[in-house]
Parts: sequence; structure tokens; C-alpha cells
Amino acid sequence: MKKKLFIAGLTAALAFPAVALAKEVTLTTELTNYRGDGAYIAIYLTDSDGAYQGTLWVAGGKSKYYKHLRDWARGSGLNSAEYDGLTGASVSSGRTLNITLDLDEALIDNGYQIRVDTAVEDMRDNRADIIAPLTTDGVGQPVSGRGYVQSFTYNF
Amino acid sequence: MWRKLHSLPGLLTAVFLIVLAVTGTILSISPALERSGAIVPAVGEVTVAQLAERVTAHYPGTEQIKRLPSGGVVVYYMNDGNPGADRVNPITGQGIAPYQPSAFFRWIKDLHRAFLMDNGGRLIAGVSAFLMVLMCISGAFMLSRRAGGWGALLRPFKGAGDHRIHSELARFAVIGLLLSALTGSYMSAVRFGLLPQVVGSEPDFPAEVSGGTPAVIGSLKALKNTDLSNLHDLVFPYPNDPQDVFSLSTRQGAGFIDQSTGEMLQYEATPVNSQLYDWMMRLHTGEGLWWLGLILGATALTVPVLSISGTRIWWKRRRATGRVLDNADIATADTIILVGTENNTTWGFARDLHEQMAAAGRRVLSVDMNQLADTYPQATTLLVLTSTYGDGGAPTSANKFMEKLHHFHAPNGLQFAVLGFGDKQFASFCKFAIQVDKGLAFIGLERLAAVGFVDRKSTEQFTEWGNRIAVVTGVPLALSHNPVPTTRFELALVDRADFGVAVQAPTSILRFGPASGKKILWGLFRKKANQLPGFDAGDLIGILPPGGKAPRYYSLASSNEDGLLEICVRKQPDGLCSGFLHNLTPGDRIQGFIQHNPNFRPAAGHHPTILIGAGAGIGPLTGFIRKNNAKHPMYLYWGGRNPQSDFLYEPELSRYLEDSRLSGLNTAFSRAPESAYVQDKISEDASNVCHMIETGAQILVCGGRDMASSVKQVINEILLPLNLDVDTLERDGRYLEDVY
Repeated sequence: MKKKLFIAGLTAALAFPAVALAKEVTLTTELTNYRGDGAYIAIYLTDSDGAYQGTLWVAGGKSKYYKHLRDWARGSGLNSAEYDGLTGASVSSGRTLNITLDLDEALIDNGYQIRVDTAVEDMRDNRADIIAPLTTDGVGQPVSGRGYVQSFTYNF
Repeated sequence: MWRKLHSLPGLLTAVFLIVLAVTGTILSISPALERSGAIVPAVGEVTVAQLAERVTAHYPGTEQIKRLPSGGVVVYYMNDGNPGADRVNPITGQGIAPYQPSAFFRWIKDLHRAFLMDNGGRLIAGVSAFLMVLMCISGAFMLSRRAGGWGALLRPFKGAGDHRIHSELARFAVIGLLLSALTGSYMSAVRFGLLPQVVGSEPDFPAEVSGGTPAVIGSLKALKNTDLSNLHDLVFPYPNDPQDVFSLSTRQGAGFIDQSTGEMLQYEATPVNSQLYDWMMRLHTGEGLWWLGLILGATALTVPVLSISGTRIWWKRRRATGRVLDNADIATADTIILVGTENNTTWGFARDLHEQMAAAGRRVLSVDMNQLADTYPQATTLLVLTSTYGDGGAPTSANKFMEKLHHFHAPNGLQFAVLGFGDKQFASFCKFAIQVDKGLAFIGLERLAAVGFVDRKSTEQFTEWGNRIAVVTGVPLALSHNPVPTTRFELALVDRADFGVAVQAPTSILRFGPASGKKILWGLFRKKANQLPGFDAGDLIGILPPGGKAPRYYSLASSNEDGLLEICVRKQPDGLCSGFLHNLTPGDRIQGFIQHNPNFRPAAGHHPTILIGAGAGIGPLTGFIRKNNAKHPMYLYWGGRNPQSDFLYEPELSRYLEDSRLSGLNTAFSRAPESAYVQDKISEDASNVCHMIETGAQILVCGGRDMASSVKQVINEILLPLNLDVDTLERDGRYLEDVY
């Protein structure tokens, strides 16, 4: 039930950016020099238990590789309706991915987390490379990753 | 058609193909390297359950276990929040070494598949691979046509220079190159969506799991039922999440495993046709097929040489096309010159003929034989110059000629003459020219002169034919086209040994050294010109006598490594060149050029070599014996006139017999009491010769034409009981002649 509400909120926020409840959030994901091909990255929201709530961004062109973003894949069921319009190119070693989107204010300081899964061809898959609680205190605080992500920061 | 399909793509993609081939060769080593470092248990020895249990004992934080295509096993784990990856021994589960895919191979791989440029580069690589497929197919057809049929591709090739290099390498590599190019094209076509890729549907994550207490990993049923050899990878559930599952991917399919019950959930089998892409990829990369990878890598190494020799062949053909001739038109031409050629060499001769005919006032039209018009209303003379392709076939510029001849209306009184170009080493020497000659006579044209032949681009024979035509047509002709490049070098006579004067066969062994002292300004550097060019015994030296127009050719008895150039020359009555050579005294200089003759060489290997010669023909044969440092069995049959007068190389030969470079020597002397010729000695020794041929012997004959034909006859008689003949041996490269 909660999940349904959230998705409605997110969709509304995306469709009507001017709605007062929405907040513009910038997500900055800086990659390490892992020396490999372009990384596939899924950025998504979970609840405090890590249960999937919704997709924020997927970097990487070929959906056949999405299964390597394992936790996100499991949560989203790889259902394309979950990520339509939220995809972009894969991100090269050492580069930074910047995403700006509108989030429902109700999601902030309410136990939600932003998680990042990463994968690179012929290298290891990292589920929950980043786990960052979505709080007002966390704004501008870099979180370091355990895989290909050097640091992850959000601002609003 | 085949040629265009071959040379155009080749020229367009040469640079890319060289990069693809070199990087491909480097990458081909990778599967073998990986395989050599991997411990691979036998099929049925280890299950995935056993593997997982052993690995987790050493790596409690295991996240994923992956079996590489090489058979090696890698574990990805977390240790105190730090990620790691190790190669493990699948039998003990112990770590071997940290796993880090090679950055070097990754870079080479990126260069190989995308020229380091991502999509644009991938497109170039894909197109190059596809053009390579075309080149392999067109090349194979050209090769079989040139060799005289598909079966002939397995027999030794003839020819020399770039052509020889190109065809020998291509024959060796074509299947490997075709496999690499086809699989590469397929993968590229799939990548760009030109071909569909059948993908099995991914299993959906299970909606419901038992959620019970996780069982011991080694007891999970689905893992116990999977052999390690079928594993792709096994992903572990998120720690302490009872709702999560194992993901298992195998050669046969993929699914999820309940942590508690060990049941397989949502299994999806891999459809058989989706394995096509995997197979194409394995055939291309050699992953899991390391030996195939190495073979493909070795064949790819031929590509740079093929590209360069191919480009040179194209350039030479292109250059031979040369200037445009001042052609008369069909309606008014009185002299028609038709040219049949494969590589445009014949056009050089035709041009000489054309220009001299035109200078004498004839209205000359020269075209390819395929451009034969329906009629030439004013024509009185038709001259056909043609080579022969492969086993008696028409060369490219004449392959429609015979058909067109059916529709040809000859004007009254049209006379013709045919001149064939070829190489006497081929069994079907000038066969096509003879067919054309017969065909023209058959449709009622009057023969101006019997069909003429030019062996190995001989200027001399071309000049002689011109003289015959000059007599019958009344056009003064002094044909002198010489296709041999005119880079000559100077030699000085070092010493000479004379034989045979007493038996009216003056023959001399002449040894030349580089003419010293002369220097050539070479850019900013001064380069000494006193070095011998590269040559081997059996090659020819062309020598231009003072006042002579056409060069004479002599077989070389030494190689440049010997430091001297040695020839054996019989003085011909009134011979311009042989007379000139016989009058030389040490220190005198001559000019010459080398014509390589790589077909006249003993084959490498342990089979016996039978050398047969008479008179001065012993020269190159002695050269072969001198070089026989490996001491393979070599037998020499040689005929002279008198052992006291013209036993050429007598001391050398007895030395070679002593040190086993020569296994047997059989001489015949025609002006000695026994009065025998070399063929008589072969006849006498028939059982030995027969036995040697049976065991794979190769025969090389050098000397005069009459001797050679007598020898051929005798050998044919010897071969009769073996159900063999000289023609068959010739086709197999086991009977070689150098006759004059």
C-alpha cells in the first residue's frame, strides 16, 4: 500500500514539476578508476529494510545486462515500466554521473534509503555499492562506496 | 568478378584488417594462458553444492562464485566491508591468488573490437570482418582457378614473388580466417541489430519464498544436482535476508534457489537456438577452446603479410596497364591486336607490337580479347597475344572470347596469328593460345603464321616471333619489349676453369665477384655498391652482351652467401653472349640482373632428390649439392662427352661424395669407349630410380631440350609399372625442369 502511494507521488512529481510537494534533488555519483569498460549503474529507493520502492535512474544501454544490477533487478522485477524514461548511457571509469529529479518531500527523513547497484563487463557485480539514508542531515555528505563508486552525494 | 570482390575490399580495409589481425593474435593467447593457470576437475567430480560449501568455509563473505570459460573458478566476497575477488581451487575451496582481469588484454580487446572508439569503431570492425568474409571466398575461388581445380589446392604451387607468398599463406590460413571473419561478422551484425539474437527469457524473481531458516549450503538440492562443469555463476542471497534467494545460471538455464528448502524456483531453460550466439562467440574468441584460439591466432598472423603482398600485386597490375594507346576505330582499323591477360603483363608486349605496327602506317586497334567486336570491316590482320590461366583456362580478359567468337563475322581475307605466353614448368603451357588458334582456323580465318610461344616473358622469343610476322606481313618489326626491370648490377670475373675444348664442346665455369670501387650517392649517405644481390643456386642471371638487344639467361650454380656468382657456360657456335663470356679474362666486367626461379629447387625434407643433367646443365645441380649441408639423399646422373676433357666439377663432386652431401654419382660419356648418354645410365639404374620415386623422390632435370625429352621418355618407361607418369609427378611438383 505504501509502495503504491509512493509511486503515485513520484509519477505526479515527474509529471508536474511545479507541484509544491516536490523537491528538486541532485544526485552525484563519482566512480573510481576501476580500469574496466563503462559501468552499469542503478540508483533506486528502498525502505529502511532495503525493500525496493522505486527506480531513480539506470545508466547503461543494453537491458540484457540489467540482471547484473542484482538487488535493483530483484526489486524492480526488471519490469520496464519501472524504468521507462529513466535510463542513460553507461558511465566510464573515473567519471561522475549527475542526475537531477523531483522527489516527493514526504520521502525525506522518513526512513527511506537511496541505494546504488553497479556492474562492469567481465568484473564483479556490486549490489548495494552505496546505501545512503535520505535525510536532511545527509545533504552534501559524501558516502563512499564499496565497489566502483568512489563517493555518492545528494543535494536538495 | 572474383578479382574485384577481392582487391577492392582488400585495399579499403587493409589497415583495419592488420590491426584486427595483430590484436586478434595477441588475444588468442589469453584463453590458453587462463587455461594453463586453472585447476579443472573432471566432469562429475565436483557439484556446485560441494564447491559452494568449500568456498564459503574459506570465504564467509562470499557474494558470487563464477566459473570462467577457461574452467577456472573465481569467488567475489566481502571481508570486513572490503570487496575482494580471488581465484580458488575448486577441489579444496582455498584461494589461489587475487583475481584481476588483465588491463593489457582489456585494452587490446577494446582496440580489436572497437578501435578504441566505441560504436563507430565497432562498426568499422564489423564491416572489415564482413569484407574479410568476401575476400576469403573470392580468394579461394581465384586460388582454385589459378591452381587448376579445388583438388590442386593441396598440391605444391608454382609461381614466384608476391603471388607465391600470397597464395601459399592464403592456402594455409583461409579456413581459419574465414571462421574468424564469419563469427566476427555475425557478432557485429547481432550487436547492430541486423541479425536477431534469440535470448531465452530471464526468469522472474520468485514472488513467494518459504522464508524459513536458511539450510546449510552444501545440502541444497538444486545445487547438489548441478555439476561444476555446467556452472556459469552462482549469486548468494543478501546476508540475513530470508526473503532473498540464490541465483543460479548454468549452461542449461537459469533460476533461483530457495535458501531454506533448496528447491529450484522459476527455472528457465536456455533455448537451444539461443546457444548459437554463445557458440559463435566461443569460436571467435577461443574461450573455453584454447587450442582453437591458438590456431586462429596463428592464421591471423598471416593477414599483415597478405595485405602487403596483395597490395603490391594490385599495384603492379595497375602499373602494367600503363599508357593509353592511340587506337584506330572498329570501322577503319586494318590491324586488330587482341590481348588475353590475367595480370596485364601481356599488354606490355602488345603495346610494343601496336606501336611498331602503327609506325609502319597500319591503322591498329588493340583491345582485350573479351572486347572482340562482331566484325571489323576493314581488317586484314588479326594478331592475338594471350596467356593461359591455371590448367589451360582463359585469362580474365579473355574468358568470354570463345563465346563471342561464335558471333564473329570475319571480313574476307582476314589473316590471323596467335602468340601464347606462359611458363614451360606448367603442364598446360600455352594451352589456351593453342585453343584460340584452332578456334580462329575453325571459323574460316586464314593462318598467317603458326601459333608462337613465349616462355617466361622471354624477350628473345618475342623478337623471333616478330621477325616471322614481319616476313609474312611485310611490316618491318623489331620487337624488343622486356618486362624485366632494368636494375642491373656490375660483376667482375674472378676466375674461370675451362673444359671440353678437345671434344668440340668448350664449356667454362665462370666465377664473378662484385665489381668494386664504384660508389653511389644514396641520399645523404654513401652506399657501397660492391655487394652481390640476393640469389640462390637455380635462379637465373640475365646478361646483356655488348651490342646485343635481348638478355641471355644462365642458371646460377651458387648463392650469394657463397660470396661469388658462378655460372657454367657452353660456348655456342656464333653465340653472341656465350662468345662474349668465353672471351672474358679475370678482372673484366659484365652487367646482369637476377631473375628468380624459385620453382626450380629441391624440396625440403628427407625424400631423395634425383638430379639429372648433361653438359653445362650441371651448374645449378652442383649448386644444390653444395648447399645440401643437411646431407639428405641426393643422386646425380650426368652426361658429358669425355672424362678426360669435359668432366665438369670433377674434384668438387668427389669431395661432396666423401662428405655425404652427394649420395651417389652416375656419369655417362658419349665420346668415351662406353659411348653412353645420361638417359642410358638412368635406364640401367631403373630399379633404383623406380624405388626412389616410390619412396617419394623428387626429380630435377637441367640441360638441353633434346636431353630433357629423352630423359622424360626413359622416366616414363620406368614409371609404367608404378602406374605413374612424368605429367603426374610434374603436377605434384616432383618433376622439375630447367631446359634451354
